[in-house]
Amino acid sequence: MARFVVTRLALALAVALAVSIIAFLLLRLSGDVATALAGEGAQQADIEAVRKIYGLDRPVIVQYGEWLWRVMSGDFGTSLYFKTDVASLVLSKLPTTLVLGLSSLVFSLLIAIPLGIIAALYRNSLIDRLALGLAVIGQALPNFFFALLLIMVFSITLRWLPVSGSGTWKHFVMPTIALGYYAAPAFMRLIRAGMIEVLSADYVRTARAKGLPARLVIFKHALRNAIVPVVALTAVQLGFLLGGSVVIETIFALDGLGYLAYQSIANKDFPVMQVVVLLLSLVYVGLTLMADIANAWLDPRIRVA
Amino acid sequence: MVWQGRWMMAGKWIVGFVLALGVFVAPLPASAGKADNSIRFAYDQAPENVDPYFNNVRIGVIIGQHVWDTLIYRDPQTNEYKGQLAESWKQIDDRTYEFMLRQGVTFHNGDEFDADDVVYTLNFVSKPESKVVTQTNVSWIDKAEKIDKYHVRVTTKKVFPAAIEYFAGPVVIHPHAYYEKVGPKGQNEKPVGSGPFKVTAYSPGKSITLERNPAYFKASPKAQAKINRIDIRFIPDRQTQLAEILSDGLDFIMSVPKDQADQLQAVPTLQVVSGETMRIVFMQMNILDNTPAPALRDERVRRAINHAIDREAMVKNIVGAGSRPLATICFPTQVGCTDEGAARYAYDPAKAKALLAEAGFANGLDLDIVAYRERNQTEAIIGYLKAVGIRTNLRFLQYAALRDVITSGKAMLTHQTWGSFSVNDTSASTPNYFAFRAEDITRDETVRDLLNKGDNSVDLATRKDAYKGALKIIADKAYAVPLYSLPVYYAAAAALDFKAYPDELPRFWEMRYK
Repeated sequence: MARFVVTRLALALAVALAVSIIAFLLLRLSGDVATALAGEGAQQADIEAVRKIYGLDRPVIVQYGEWLWRVMSGDFGTSLYFKTDVASLVLSKLPTTLVLGLSSLVFSLLIAIPLGIIAALYRNSLIDRLALGLAVIGQALPNFFFALLLIMVFSITLRWLPVSGSGTWKHFVMPTIALGYYAAPAFMRLIRAGMIEVLSADYVRTARAKGLPARLVIFKHALRNAIVPVVALTAVQLGFLLGGSVVIETIFALDGLGYLAYQSIANKDFPVMQVVVLLLSLVYVGLTLMADIANAWLDPRIRVA
Repeated sequence: MVWQGRWMMAGKWIVGFVLALGVFVAPLPASAGKADNSIRFAYDQAPENVDPYFNNVRIGVIIGQHVWDTLIYRDPQTNEYKGQLAESWKQIDDRTYEFMLRQGVTFHNGDEFDADDVVYTLNFVSKPESKVVTQTNVSWIDKAEKIDKYHVRVTTKKVFPAAIEYFAGPVVIHPHAYYEKVGPKGQNEKPVGSGPFKVTAYSPGKSITLERNPAYFKASPKAQAKINRIDIRFIPDRQTQLAEILSDGLDFIMSVPKDQADQLQAVPTLQVVSGETMRIVFMQMNILDNTPAPALRDERVRRAINHAIDREAMVKNIVGAGSRPLATICFPTQVGCTDEGAARYAYDPAKAKALLAEAGFANGLDLDIVAYRERNQTEAIIGYLKAVGIRTNLRFLQYAALRDVITSGKAMLTHQTWGSFSVNDTSASTPNYFAFRAEDITRDETVRDLLNKGDNSVDLATRKDAYKGALKIIADKAYAVPLYSLPVYYAAAAALDFKAYPDELPRFWEMRYK
């Protein structure tokens, strides 16, 4: 088990490193960083001054190596755009993203679990097809489009919710729905499949034969077993939701990590972008690693796979 | 980014749909902005630093002009220069200016304004090690000296005729004791100026609140503010801004796309105002020795391109109210800008085809065009060129990448825009593209010499004459395609009384609710 954990940990770190290299290179492929920092209309002298001030005149590999060395020694650098410490800037935005990610996860489970159970109980019925339809729409509808539809209905037409900002709980309602709805279908399909499998298992038949109420059979005996794989998926989906918040936070002007990522890309603020990408990839990789370890602990066959 | 493009399209579609169904939009409650005499304003970018010397974005200029003052003020209606922090000024020689400063002005922290503030600010920002973001705004300053408490002498490094325009624009004055103590970082965290509004709350990247400065000096050419508070929020997505103003979450937005502005006109609680800006739109043609498009070295081809595009129709149908067609590469109000005597190219596709045939391109030719904004306008240009046989391949890039392509000499045709930093002088526009600077892909020595003469002469008549000569050659030889000025559309609460100006600076100190 220890060897498995160490191997997975090394693999996770390699993935995070590869992601940071790709992000570093992609930012440079989209145009000269010094020109972007100097801004539209800057004179060549301005651009050259910026290039020198920020050390952008050195080879890319040297710039990356220096950045990596600093990060490893705990120095995340200074934002080129906001001129503040990157670590504190990122940390200040983290709570908003965590609130959004967790609330979206809860919302997504709240719609996925009942729909998954109902779809399994009434397999191949109209209600099953309706649930399947909802899942297909959830997967097919881009979350930015869904977000704009929500704004149209709840903010412009009904005036129930504020369009943007993060001042009150009301500001989180539409972003939570837009982000959570997109994640729900995966949970729903897994619960439906799991429930169908356990509902035909011998112990469920036995429970029914004993005359237990349907509610007890479904929630106590069937769901508890069907939901095990969902736990692993939850960890992965949370990583996905945190990463997916870039678009949603930008649309709703939520001052979180996703919006910071958008700003850092737009402003070529590579110290911030690198740390955001590294953090999000570490969170994603970390959550996936936890899911792997949990699965391996539960099922010894996985450890040798 | 692909998702961004799709999202914008979807957003446009949805907002359009909502506007089309205007009757279903719930009636607006009494405006919160009007109710407490405040303006809720959103902009799509956040400044990296509120100190005007350390950002290069439009919102930075807007905040800067409300929180700080300059020595001189240019009246946006008459373009007349008036004293602001300076009561009067005079030019001593080609490189020396003296300013008599106004007495009784105080900064927001209570410090009294005097010569020390001017001297410290100008000497600090003109030092390269101060790392001012837009060096061209300050690099012409040699030194500032105190003559007495209210009397300052400023020397420029070389002859710089546009100095007064810069003193009336980007060169704001900081309180010296405070600035010396906290520096640009501290000015960003807790900004202190002398302007008609003071910063009372600031959350970098999120919002900034400006409140009326009740102690603002009465003699300022900027009016005493009537609005109590301006709440500025940084909302990156324009569709979200539109949704906010439609749902009474905002009172004022700017840079609304034309198609959506047209639809917003139908909303009774809003007003849409368009105004011309100093941003000019034009096409460059690469005629350097190593040009990837040798056909452009033929003047007939360049003239054909000029004749192929219907500027009037583009202005009317795509660009919008406030825009005007241009015949030279500068903004008409800029000192030295003129189209007098310059060749004009009327829309004449038949003539364009004939010129192409004469140049040996009867079957047309293939060219790349690079662009970075107003894609719909680039596409219209592509359509016009195609109609005369010029097949173009569009390379739509980010600004930094576009500049790389141009400065490395790899561009063929460009679709460019230039705002001159709102400096009302030709030295801030034409020389950028024709005086052998990085983005000059024409490189005509006569044009360069004339532009340098215009930039470095003190005598106004000499300057005007030199610029006129340069602009005439550029037009006669069809080195570029001047297109039109760009307008900006503002959407605001119907009750707000405001006026649009070419420098794209909403003057909140002038605004009031009806």
